[in-house]
Amino acid sequence: MTGMKILIVDDEPNILMSLEFLMKKEGHKVFIARDGAEAFDIIEANIPDIVLLDIMMPKVDGYQVCEFIKKHDSYKHAKVVFMSAKSKEADMAKGLELGASLYVPKPFSTRDLMAKVNGLIREISGAAA
Amino acid sequence: MNSFWLIFWSVSYLLVLFFVANWAEQRSVKGRSLVSNSYVYALSLAVYCTAWTFYGSVGRAAESGVDFISVFIGPTITMPLWWVIFRKIIRICQVQRITNIADFVSARYGKSQSLGVIATILCVVGTIPYISIQLKAISSGFSILTTTNDASNSLWLDKAFYISIVLTIFTILFGARKLDANERHEGMVAAIAFESLFKLFAFLAVGVFVTFIVFDGFDDIFQQASKVIDLHQIFTIKEQKTSDWFWYCLLASLAIMFLPRQFQVTVVENVNENHLRKALWIFPLYLLVINIFVVPIALGGKILLGTAVKADQFVLSIPLHFNEKALAFVAYLGGFAASTSMIIVECTALTVMLTNNLVMPWLVSRTDFQRRFGGDMGQVVITLRRLFIVLLMVGSYLYYKNVSDKYSLVSVGMVSFAAVAQFAPVVLGGIFWKRGSLVGAVGGLLVGGGVWFYTLIIPSMVSAGYMSPDMLSKGPWGMDLLRPESLLGITGLDNISHGTFWSLLLNLLFYVGGSLLSQPTALEHNQAVLFVDVFKYSKTYESAVAWKGKALVTDIKSLLTIFFGKSHTEETLQLYAKQNKLDLNTRYADSQVVNYAEKMLGGAIGAASARILVSSVAKEEQISVEEVIDILKTSQELKTLNEELTRKSEELEQLTQQLKQANELLKIADIQKDDFLSTVTHEIRTPLTSIRALSEIVHDNPDMEEDQRSHFVNTITKESERLTRLINQVLALERFETGKQELDIDEFLMEDIIEESLEALDQLAKEKNIKIEVTYEGIYGPIRADRDRLIQVIINLVSNAIKFCPADTGKIQINTLQTEASLSFSISDNGQGIDNKYQELIFEKFYQTRDQSVRKPKGSGLGLAICKKIIELHQGTIQVESELGKGSVFTCEIPLGKN
Repeated sequence: MTGMKILIVDDEPNILMSLEFLMKKEGHKVFIARDGAEAFDIIEANIPDIVLLDIMMPKVDGYQVCEFIKKHDSYKHAKVVFMSAKSKEADMAKGLELGASLYVPKPFSTRDLMAKVNGLIREISGAAA
Repeated sequence: MNSFWLIFWSVSYLLVLFFVANWAEQRSVKGRSLVSNSYVYALSLAVYCTAWTFYGSVGRAAESGVDFISVFIGPTITMPLWWVIFRKIIRICQVQRITNIADFVSARYGKSQSLGVIATILCVVGTIPYISIQLKAISSGFSILTTTNDASNSLWLDKAFYISIVLTIFTILFGARKLDANERHEGMVAAIAFESLFKLFAFLAVGVFVTFIVFDGFDDIFQQASKVIDLHQIFTIKEQKTSDWFWYCLLASLAIMFLPRQFQVTVVENVNENHLRKALWIFPLYLLVINIFVVPIALGGKILLGTAVKADQFVLSIPLHFNEKALAFVAYLGGFAASTSMIIVECTALTVMLTNNLVMPWLVSRTDFQRRFGGDMGQVVITLRRLFIVLLMVGSYLYYKNVSDKYSLVSVGMVSFAAVAQFAPVVLGGIFWKRGSLVGAVGGLLVGGGVWFYTLIIPSMVSAGYMSPDMLSKGPWGMDLLRPESLLGITGLDNISHGTFWSLLLNLLFYVGGSLLSQPTALEHNQAVLFVDVFKYSKTYESAVAWKGKALVTDIKSLLTIFFGKSHTEETLQLYAKQNKLDLNTRYADSQVVNYAEKMLGGAIGAASARILVSSVAKEEQISVEEVIDILKTSQELKTLNEELTRKSEELEQLTQQLKQANELLKIADIQKDDFLSTVTHEIRTPLTSIRALSEIVHDNPDMEEDQRSHFVNTITKESERLTRLINQVLALERFETGKQELDIDEFLMEDIIEESLEALDQLAKEKNIKIEVTYEGIYGPIRADRDRLIQVIINLVSNAIKFCPADTGKIQINTLQTEASLSFSISDNGQGIDNKYQELIFEKFYQTRDQSVRKPKGSGLGLAICKKIIELHQGTIQVESELGKGSVFTCEIPLGKN
């Protein structure tokens, strides 16, 4: 259950800081991107298993990053978790339609988030097994 | 000069005149009408200047000085009123197809046949003396030129008799050739205008001859005259004569309106109401010019000829005295022109009046008339008119032989003036006073006419020997108070003023009294409304019919055919039906058609006759005044309603458009509000997320490193502050936007608040090692503004500048410029600058240049929006100038001294 490659994308440094702390504590390999453009590079170079993705970001937003992931065969298996202050049904639906596994509205409980991420990890492991 | 040649040339002149008339009618047919020219109209009005003006003025001037001018001053003074009076009369006559003054009066007072008769008789009786003096003038001119004595009592040797015959023929040619529904004579008007020019030319020729050739200018004449006569005596208006002046002026200004021939040229022959405008100054000018030489000729005649020659004949005698036969001949033709124009127009007007008001109503009411005259009624009317012209000329000739010869031209003319002046109350009252009624009109005209006859005609009959002189000296049956020349013992007025005073006074009293005491009938009331409110109803009159009844289309057609012929009737009716979208192929005629037919007939044979004729073919139902007014009002209202509806629907369309726009704006506002809310939500959730995550982490990880824990806890604090700030700003902005936030005006120094702001930012600036410089320019002194809000603006702008400035090399410049009128301060930095396209947008709330390639330090996104609101509350402006990579300048300017 450990050793996942997790990419965290958010333009809010304090959120990056907290999530990085949490994921590292679980023993995952953590990558950080402060906007969509940075995320593209990291995805191409490292092919993460799980991507924690903010939606409203400068330049390239979260939706575009998700599309990018799901479009490419080499990393479309990556599980995408949207985290957003946008909490309307329509925003959620749009995120899930793009192929995201989860949609977590901000502000979220870290415990809840961790449980969901762990669930995804189990899925990945199960599929691999 | 030989009589034969003089007659030959006189007839030749008339032929020229006839040629002019013919030519004008030809042009009119080709669509280049002469009478559409306003100058022709103005000149035709000068038919006012007859032999009286041409010969009589000089005579009057020689006898009693400047008196003669009163008949020209009167019209000149009252001319401006014509725009009010005649524009209305012209419109009424056009709408109602009225062709003479008797018809006008009859139509106004309920299409009354008897009133038409009274008016006609008054006109004829009043005008015959006037025509007679024209004959007198021509024949005495003739005598002078042929140097024969005109004392022959034998008819066959009397030149005036032959002249009358020639003039009768020509008048028939001019005025009674064809029957027309509007009684317009373009040819005649053109000929009259020509005559006006010719008589002016002839008179001026004599005037110039006398003044500048015989004498050495005006000065010379007056110099020499002063030796012969008492000039002072003649040219002073005597005290006791001032009232005469008043009556003469009044008489002339009324006569020029109501003389049948003036009514003919001014009203009936008018083709365009706007021609009046030009006539209003051309005509008085004409009067002025033709009178310039009157006094010089009169004085010249006195000096040269003394009392040997009648002053009325000076115009001819002076040229003859110097053996200037050509000039004398021109002068004679000028006088001839003046007389003929008067006779032609007067007779034309009078005969139309006579046929339409005296004969036709009687003729058409006879049941056998249609059978008797078959389809040629038009010819009957024409024949009648010719007959009347002959009768009028005979009457005038007789009056001339028996009466006029014994009086001067002017005194006879004034008697005629007094007769037609009797129309003043009924006509003027008729167009301005709805209450004026038939009883009043009949009473006024009968009494006025009667008094006129008694005071002005009886005395002349006495002197002609038809009555005993006792009548004048002792009064009828010896009743002194009834003496015709001083009723009720009034003395001190000359006979004309006296007659005018009494006739007009009693006329007016009876008219007003009769009108007030009587109850008008429906038709009278109907006509009164149509006349007085002609400008209101003239457009709707055609379609709004004051007629209720049934008439067969075939009956109407045959009625019109009798007068206008088959083809003309068909054409006119078809045109009218087409214009008014009516169907003529029905059994019963539309009431509009019946009404139109009545008006057509009215134009040709008068309102009263037309009414009788139409009644004979139509079963009329009594129509009440309420119904008439209703019909008029309805069409008026329909028109107004239609206009109203059009306007309303336009308004509605505009309103819809406005609503659409408002809706669009609301939608935009709604979207903006949604955007704002979701942005606020997002902005609040972001620090909340951090706070929650970090607190949970700190809570769940008691074993974490101390450094990290304190960093996390610090971050929690900072994010809480951020949240607080954000909430405060959202609330502040909301207060500004809804106007709840008011300024707290205070007096302070700009230096103080800048210093205070910089102190608050000191720490921030030091962290990035940024230099801040401040300069002050302009006057030094306290300003009045909201201190705390301005500090808020300065802190906001400077802290933004600090944020965007590079560390260590950053430089911020604050410049203030204070004048009496305004305060401006600018904050410039050398930071990254703002792209042109964002410079407007940055002042909008939450517009943080999100998609800019350069990452920006985060703020609430409300700072600039709040700054802008604060500056705007101070009536000021905030602007930004910036270039990418070179820094930005924010400039605020607020007016001073207002608060």
